[in-house]
Amino acid sequence: MTTAHLAAGAMPRVGLFATCLVDLFRPSVGFASVKLLQQAGCEVHVPVAQTCCGQPAYNTGDRADTREIAEQVIEAFEGFDFVVAPSGSCASMLKKHYPGLFADDAAWEERAQRFSDKCHELISFLSDVMMVRDTGAALEATVTYHDSCSGLRELGVQQQPRKLLANVDGLAIKEMTDSDVCCGFGGTFCVKYSDISNAIVTKKVGNIDQSGADMLLAGDLGCLMNMAGKLKRQGSGVEARHVAEVLAGMTDQPPIAGSGK
Amino acid sequence: MELAAKHFKTNASKALVDQQLQKALGNVQKGFITKRRKSAEALPEFEALRDNARDIKNHTLAHLDLYLEEYETKVTEAGGHVHWAETAEDARRIVLDICKKADARTVTKGKSMITEEIALNDHLAANGIEPVETDLGEYIIQLRGEHPSHIIAPAVHLNKEQVEGDFRRVHTHLEDSRDLSEPVALLSEAREVLRERYFTADVGVTGANFLIAETGSSVIVTNEGNGDLTQTLGKVHVVVASIEKIVPTLEDTSQILRVLARSATGQDMSVYTTFSTGPKREEDPDGPDEYHVVLLDNGRSSMLGTEYQDMLRCIRCGACMNHCPVYHAVGGHAYGSVYPGPMGAVLTPSLNGIDETGQLPNASTFCGRCESVCPMRIPLPKMMRHWREREFERNLTPATARYGLKLWAFFAKRPKLYRLAVSFGMPLLSLFGGTSRRFKSLPLAGGWTRHRDLPAPEGRTFLQAWAQRDTLKQEATSHGSTP
Repeated sequence: MTTAHLAAGAMPRVGLFATCLVDLFRPSVGFASVKLLQQAGCEVHVPVAQTCCGQPAYNTGDRADTREIAEQVIEAFEGFDFVVAPSGSCASMLKKHYPGLFADDAAWEERAQRFSDKCHELISFLSDVMMVRDTGAALEATVTYHDSCSGLRELGVQQQPRKLLANVDGLAIKEMTDSDVCCGFGGTFCVKYSDISNAIVTKKVGNIDQSGADMLLAGDLGCLMNMAGKLKRQGSGVEARHVAEVLAGMTDQPPIAGSGK
Repeated sequence: MELAAKHFKTNASKALVDQQLQKALGNVQKGFITKRRKSAEALPEFEALRDNARDIKNHTLAHLDLYLEEYETKVTEAGGHVHWAETAEDARRIVLDICKKADARTVTKGKSMITEEIALNDHLAANGIEPVETDLGEYIIQLRGEHPSHIIAPAVHLNKEQVEGDFRRVHTHLEDSRDLSEPVALLSEAREVLRERYFTADVGVTGANFLIAETGSSVIVTNEGNGDLTQTLGKVHVVVASIEKIVPTLEDTSQILRVLARSATGQDMSVYTTFSTGPKREEDPDGPDEYHVVLLDNGRSSMLGTEYQDMLRCIRCGACMNHCPVYHAVGGHAYGSVYPGPMGAVLTPSLNGIDETGQLPNASTFCGRCESVCPMRIPLPKMMRHWREREFERNLTPATARYGLKLWAFFAKRPKLYRLAVSFGMPLLSLFGGTSRRFKSLPLAGGWTRHRDLPAPEGRTFLQAWAQRDTLKQEATSHGSTP
């Protein structure tokens, strides 16, 4: 979906779906998202009737609760031109998975489909819809970027963050081995299968450390909390931030899980 | 094998600390993935071929009854026999009867997951017939009394030193001075031993990668040539295959063959692709006197028309497990089922029911890498989620998870109440985070903090901070407008 359907010169009205993790743990990602969207020429709104996209219920097999939550999100956000989330996994939930929840209800299904067309992950929205090439940020840092699974495989988010990061003054990117392999978070997986999740994230932070970067970036807070938590547990000095913080030039907050070893 | 899927978690934890296994699993991650990627990238039409392969199987499954009947007719016309086996037990009985009629004492076997599914070896052995696995990997695990840990590389969980130990233990003719340190030496040792067995075997049992309705042929895809010897040298050739192996035509077969080996091992084609149609004809220089096909259902027809039907497109290439981070971490045996990895996590509950197998579709991060490499474009994560739904509907989901989820959902569905709770809770939690901005441990968060620190929340929630920012702005505006 592009901005072509909007009246010429009109500012696209964007509903920011903050995601529950950003809302609860890292509001600075929310503010960074707002700044990036406003800079790109959007009018940003943050509806108060938002809690979570419903993935915990959806991936536990609880279709009834998922559907109720989906209806709530659609009702709160369908009036905007676009719905943007600073997370590939939550954006994909809204965009790719909501319509399937209403397969037995034609009216709702159509409504969910119309809603789905408006939904985007933040960084790909900035790049692909708002045609942002340079966010004007500057940061002296060597970063490595982790491709979170849903954003990568369900929404095709891969080059967009890298291209925008390449235009951040002073920033260098060092790719890690297997940047496109899961970090082991997987929502409730990381607590349900704690030992397996640990084995996967241990491999991941090994690759992060070996990349030689001093900062880890990604577009999903769940993955970031998992990787940052493991980096710190292992005494690594690598700092973790959401890619939006860097692109918005908002890195005053301590990194995720703090700095230092 | 006995289904042990309910012990997945325990077995996985054991696998994670098994140094030998972890060393062997390192090879899966290096070899298969790079080879598949190179081979797919070298073929510009690879993605289109995947679409085509998917469409062929979808068409076949939509008309499965017709193609199965056509296949039976063609096999019979070629002088072969088709046996319909509804259950694993039926299939075992049919194969045993054929072996008994042939007065068989030994049976050679090509690599076949279906015979693992019906536990054929144990059944033959219990009836005084010796089954001899001829695929190197299968041969090794047979010596060890194990089951395959991977559907195309059954002994991938082993290191060569372990295999050397097994050979020295069982092949008592081996002299100590014989150097078996290289895999190729192990291979030639196995070859020497197995060569004798081909000539003395009465019956050869193979699986099938495809059954072709148009011609009544069965197709096996191998790299060692053992399958060909198995099916040509015995007096009787028995093919055991499940009903979804059917494809309509030779052309369809060659289409799917183009994605099979590339997805599995990264080869353009496997070394041997062998088509068998009926027993030896008069003009043939060799071949079996009898040709039997045992067509196994074992629960598959009940998957038709359900949300699990797509699973029947599977061609058993193993790409899903080769790319699965969970499989990489724990290996195939931890799954406790014949079929491991993502395809097993969907198929096993379909064949054995969800009651005992719920662990398998839950043990996935839904990273989606399996689906992204599946040559048949099977939506594996989606179907694992459907199994979780069946579990949830029937209250099979563990009680703690269910109640925890229900409590969370209660708040998630009530934004005002949710806001109230988190606006109070998160700043408090943030306070406890201190200067380190992380928790080493936290009540009720043991699943997380056992292995990693928990990042502390920043303080006020985003929506809280946003609302206060809005209020400040409005106040500023109203003050500004006061004369």
